[in-house]
Amino acid sequence: MTNLILIAIGSALVNNVVLSQFLGLCPFLGVSKKVKTASGMGMAVIFVITIASFVAAVIYRFILTPLDLTYLRTIVFILVIAALVQFVEMFLKKNIKSLYESLGVYLPLITTNCAVLGVALTNVQKSYGILESVVNGLATAAGFAIAIIILAGLREKMENNDIPKPFQGMPIVMITAGLMAIAFCGFSGLF
Amino acid sequence: MAENKPSCMERLYNGLLKENPTFVLTLGMCPTLAVTTSAINGLGMGLTTMVVLALSNVFISLLRKVIPDKVRIPAFIVIIASFVTLLELVLEAYLPSLYDALGIYIPLIVVNCIILGRAESYASKNSVLPSLFDGIGMGLGFSFALTCIGLVREILGSGKAFGFTVIPSAFEPISIFVMAPGAFFVLAVLTAVQNKIKLAGEAKGKDMSKIGSGCPGGCDSCSIEGCVSRKFYDPSATGSVEEAAIRREEAAKGGEEA
Repeated sequence: MTNLILIAIGSALVNNVVLSQFLGLCPFLGVSKKVKTASGMGMAVIFVITIASFVAAVIYRFILTPLDLTYLRTIVFILVIAALVQFVEMFLKKNIKSLYESLGVYLPLITTNCAVLGVALTNVQKSYGILESVVNGLATAAGFAIAIIILAGLREKMENNDIPKPFQGMPIVMITAGLMAIAFCGFSGLF
Repeated sequence: MAENKPSCMERLYNGLLKENPTFVLTLGMCPTLAVTTSAINGLGMGLTTMVVLALSNVFISLLRKVIPDKVRIPAFIVIIASFVTLLELVLEAYLPSLYDALGIYIPLIVVNCIILGRAESYASKNSVLPSLFDGIGMGLGFSFALTCIGLVREILGSGKAFGFTVIPSAFEPISIFVMAPGAFFVLAVLTAVQNKIKLAGEAKGKDMSKIGSGCPGGCDSCSIEGCVSRKFYDPSATGSVEEAAIRREEAAKGGEEA
């Protein structure tokens, strides 16, 4: 149990997926203009990464390892993740309308998000079991959601500020992200 | 062969300077930020990506008439992922120190938008030799950019260049630059310089639409409705964010030529 809690805190805060691993930067910078869209994106990422890390862990454990095909993991994972996202989207559209309406638009964006593949590969690299993989996936995605919602809040506040012309747009967002990364460095003192 | 030569040299020049993937198009930012803690790591990542880019461009160009249009994206991804796996095994066997330094970012070359972007916008439409040189040119441009960023971060952050101490030890290095926040600051300054050039160019009436049309800027300017069309299985052949950016870029290029 303590082990799982340590994994969760470690990947949500200490090794935050965007601010210290730089995975999933595109949606982090792209969909963080408004808190509302940012939280939608955050929820969609939590949903997809948790399912994807479970499926990837099961495939690795019960198909790739017995057949001695672990070196094929990159190819298998990316195809499984891409197909999975589409299935999840179709399933939600057909069966859970309300969830589809709140997450639907974000799902296609996540297909090639490197954070999803990154988490699946990290789970393998650290030789996590299935339960540990799911916890790690959930925590990593929660870290992403925390970071993107904080950034969106800061960007909403910054909208009316007087920023030098070349720094308007992306550069000032990246400086904000850098300052957030400094703050998140403080979490490494937790352990 | 002879008539291809100017085109090949033009592809190299195009990738290295005119459409440099990092400095001009701002594509593939995840590895750019993550591995540039030193010049050597940046160079290693750049060259690895270049090999994948060149090989996958050649293969996709060879198979461009065989792959059905509707499943081309999955087909490209499988080809790219095969070469990445191949290269991962080679690096693990022959360059274990680089393999350890780059870690998870080697398999993640698969999702680098530069590779899929070039496959979609160049290799799937052109013959083998120009595609090969397009891959090498883009890869060299990426390596060049990564080495430069790595060099700046290494000099500022640890007072070294390519592992040799260049700044006297009396100066305290600003170690934040080799840590995660430094990557964001360096990229922020880089994009600000890019914006400055773009603004100056637009003031003179030049076409600057190519600059910064890639990943971060592209996602930002693209509305969510526009991104919904991004599908793995792609029936309507409308593309992803990166592809949309590349289409814009091509349209701009077509405009110049016309």
